[in-house]
Amino acid sequence: MAYSLIGKDFTPPDIRGKVTGKAKYAEDFSAAGMVYCKMLLSPMPHAQVSNIDVSDAMSMDGVVGVLTADDVPAMDGAAQAILTNTPRYVGAPILAVAAIDETTAADALEKIRYDIEPLDFVLDPLQSLYPGGTNAQAAGNVASMGIPLQEIKWTARDFASADPDQFPMTGKAVSEWSYGDLEKSFSEAAVVYDESFVTASNSHHSMEPRSAMSYWENGKCFLFGSSQSQSFMIPGLAAYIGIEPRDLVYIAEYCGGGFGSKGAAYPIMALPAHMSKKIGRPVMMRISRAEEYYLGSNRAGFQGRVKLGVASSGKVTAVDLYIVQSSGPHNGYPDFNSAAGAVSICYQPNAMQYRGIPILTNTPPGGAQRGPGQNQIAMVMEPLLDKAARELGIDRLEIRRINAPNNDTIFGGRQRAVTSAYQTEALNKGALAFNWERTKKRSGERNGSKVIGVGVGQAYHSAGAAGFDGLVRIAPDGRLHIHSGIGNLGTYSYAATSRVVAEVLQCKWENCVIERGDTRKHLPWNFGQFGSNTSFTMSRSNHAAAMDARQKLLEIAAAEFGGSVDEYDIGEETVFSKADATKRLSYAQAAQRAIDMGGKYAGHEIPDDLNPMTSASAKAIAGSGLIGVAKDNYALDATPPALAAGFMVIELDTETGRFEILDYNGVIDCGTVIHPLGLASQVKGGAVMGIGLATTERIVYDPQNGLAANVGFNQAKPPSYLDVPSTLGTDAVNIADPQNPMGIRGMGEPVMGCAASALICAISDALGGHYFNRTPIVPDMIINAIAERKQSHKPLQVYTF
Amino acid sequence: MKDPTTYFPGDSLNEADPPGLSAFRSSRRAFIKGVIASGAVAASSGYLLSGCAPGEGPAAGSVERLISLNVNGRIRRVDVLPNETLAMTLRYKLGLTGTKLACDRGECGACTVVIDGMTNYSCSTLTHTVGSRSVRTIEGLEGPDGELHPIQQAFIDELGPQCGFCTPGQIMSTVVLLERNPKPTRDEARRALSGNLCRCGAYDHYLNSVMRAAEVI
Repeated sequence: MAYSLIGKDFTPPDIRGKVTGKAKYAEDFSAAGMVYCKMLLSPMPHAQVSNIDVSDAMSMDGVVGVLTADDVPAMDGAAQAILTNTPRYVGAPILAVAAIDETTAADALEKIRYDIEPLDFVLDPLQSLYPGGTNAQAAGNVASMGIPLQEIKWTARDFASADPDQFPMTGKAVSEWSYGDLEKSFSEAAVVYDESFVTASNSHHSMEPRSAMSYWENGKCFLFGSSQSQSFMIPGLAAYIGIEPRDLVYIAEYCGGGFGSKGAAYPIMALPAHMSKKIGRPVMMRISRAEEYYLGSNRAGFQGRVKLGVASSGKVTAVDLYIVQSSGPHNGYPDFNSAAGAVSICYQPNAMQYRGIPILTNTPPGGAQRGPGQNQIAMVMEPLLDKAARELGIDRLEIRRINAPNNDTIFGGRQRAVTSAYQTEALNKGALAFNWERTKKRSGERNGSKVIGVGVGQAYHSAGAAGFDGLVRIAPDGRLHIHSGIGNLGTYSYAATSRVVAEVLQCKWENCVIERGDTRKHLPWNFGQFGSNTSFTMSRSNHAAAMDARQKLLEIAAAEFGGSVDEYDIGEETVFSKADATKRLSYAQAAQRAIDMGGKYAGHEIPDDLNPMTSASAKAIAGSGLIGVAKDNYALDATPPALAAGFMVIELDTETGRFEILDYNGVIDCGTVIHPLGLASQVKGGAVMGIGLATTERIVYDPQNGLAANVGFNQAKPPSYLDVPSTLGTDAVNIADPQNPMGIRGMGEPVMGCAASALICAISDALGGHYFNRTPIVPDMIINAIAERKQSHKPLQVYTF
Repeated sequence: MKDPTTYFPGDSLNEADPPGLSAFRSSRRAFIKGVIASGAVAASSGYLLSGCAPGEGPAAGSVERLISLNVNGRIRRVDVLPNETLAMTLRYKLGLTGTKLACDRGECGACTVVIDGMTNYSCSTLTHTVGSRSVRTIEGLEGPDGELHPIQQAFIDELGPQCGFCTPGQIMSTVVLLERNPKPTRDEARRALSGNLCRCGAYDHYLNSVMRAAEVI
């Protein structure tokens, strides 16, 4: 279908602020009388704090208040509190001091006396599973979202069942599913691989640290924060503050990067709100880079084992997967389950068994990071598929085509269908642009100490949800106001999905205003900018609201000129009679009629199925124009997938273990392309993050003291300009999805995993197919592999340099 | 209370540092030397935001000095503490919040400003060392009537930024690059901007922006 706006590039309204410095991030706000707070962070990975004496600190000039764990809500189960007397990781906030400036606050922290008793701590999940192993929390070592805090130990027999270098497969899991006849399917395989593996945790390190500022006015809490969502996080944030959602004014115009770490409400953001309430002054909490490392979450690490069976045809017959997840000390994020779903959809095994268990560790809290689970497991599975291809004499691209998900795909423990899937098309498009047939022949080509490696990688993430609300308003001046509560992560999809409204209402983009970034803009209940969902989810709810406004325009015209609504149409920001073009109302006139007619037209009557947040927002703007408001009730009976394929060629120096990426092409299957330049930017940015995930980034801990070894950017090694090619190729399949009114699906996460796994495969290819069993693959691992030396880490060891 | 971190169905250096980390840090010798030269004895709290509270005097005992700074073509009189960084002065004394702090230790370039035609990490520059040199920040690029600098326009046209937090620094590095080398190759641009980290990985689009700007300037 031809659209006038969808699929076209545009200038997002928030970009001017970014290039002029006028964009305001949380730390750029200030308020009269504002004071600053600093936190006392735990120096120990697990400890008990007692006998806190703040009297000397409070007697200092300029100190205005202290906030301790007693002042903030206690948490159930394994959940993380804002402040705690039982810190469970180095860097956990114990208390905070507010003062007229940060120097004074920091000096006051030195004057606080307290006792701190070290408790046993654990970094390695398998050690916590040993009989008698340490628990990261006194009450247990297992918890996750939806999995209550509990203690689980494996038996000595479980550990003895496997070779010491292998992951034991018999221990108790908390999450498991299977389908098909596993034994029979393995027996049908021509090759079976059985590999233990480790994928490292890595820090999010968003460029903008999660600073926040808060004050109270007339019983309402005003909070300026950094987040990937706007409406979706309000209930959680209000709960942390201890108020009703309606009493929270949340301002988040820009977010300086989140990558999953700022998706929903997070505890530390509520600290300045509590401090401000206690001392009666606005409070700014500036977060340093080191604090961001501790509080900004990290991707879960995996220890696991996978058994993969492939038939002589190249068809994957069976997979048996077990994952132990390193979750941090709190609920973390269920990467382990997502990883299993990704294996099922990407390789379509006839039979699959999955078991998983999330283990609490005394490391910084785990959180969702771009492709949580899917992207780690892509780096485990893709090179294994290559191993099968080599042994069976099948082209590595072809083996992926043979197993690629399509419209008939059923996957996961619940055997869900997909809305549509075109991974074969993505592979084909990428292969063409990359010139796979010619490039793959370069594999193993040598130039002195350098050798060429070629890789293709794939990744998956679900790409959308349903059931959220849309809210639009045509004002009496004729302008179209699109209320978006999705948040502003920096992908511009908040704006691209707003264009769906303009498209439906055939409104010029210049006449549209996006209302966002502030609760006071009367925003609807929307999902957030995470989980590759925005483009699918928000385009549906915006479409629903736009269709409601369209219907009301037609009804208003019918009421004005007579006849039925189907005698009218819209175009050029007017509603008109199809038979008599002189019977025409401009949108401005129609908006005024809506106000005069009242009722549903002006938003006084609204549907019953709206979320209370949307209802309140609709009521607040009722009577100010023509109101379109609706819940997304469009059918959704399957999982919308985002699937990606990446192609990479590298030149690896066998003397240094370093490599240069010579070419990369990434292709995404995400339905209709809504914003080409934005899509290209995501595919490329995802590739850059994927390169870091595959080869440089991991968090490292000193096993003796539980101290973090790589807190800053310099040691955490996110890729710089010089680590990646200066030009990256991108494309999209661009076939409409049937379960989105405009055919759109999301795409943000697999574009990282496909690049990460393509790079792992390219390194492996350069070394003749060596399987590393561990990510990231760092130069010393490559050198050891080339020299056929033992690696410096033990096979299942975690948090290693 | 229950964990308010709502499940979202995807699929279903400073005193804050704990002890023991110093071994992993890179040296910041020049910065420390600057602190010593400026007369500040205690450098440990150099990163902190001090003496900025409205209506409050600076911390007792500090060596306060009223100085003139040439920022974006204007002379600004400002109270500056001996251990105050230029990023702090710009952001919290002069209200120029376009200069961002992302690491505060010279690792990322988000705080890049131009001093006498040279890129400079303002987080690692003591304000007292600036003297009479001219400082240019992101706020100084727009024309008198708010028209965008061609570099800014190019960054818009190529959709350079993603989250935007590193963008002012990227643009200031581009300003210096194109003043010195108006027609850089893509590889020269890449090297010139390599001191500016972008976690979104928007490097390719930033380089497209630089190359477009080079065409129109």
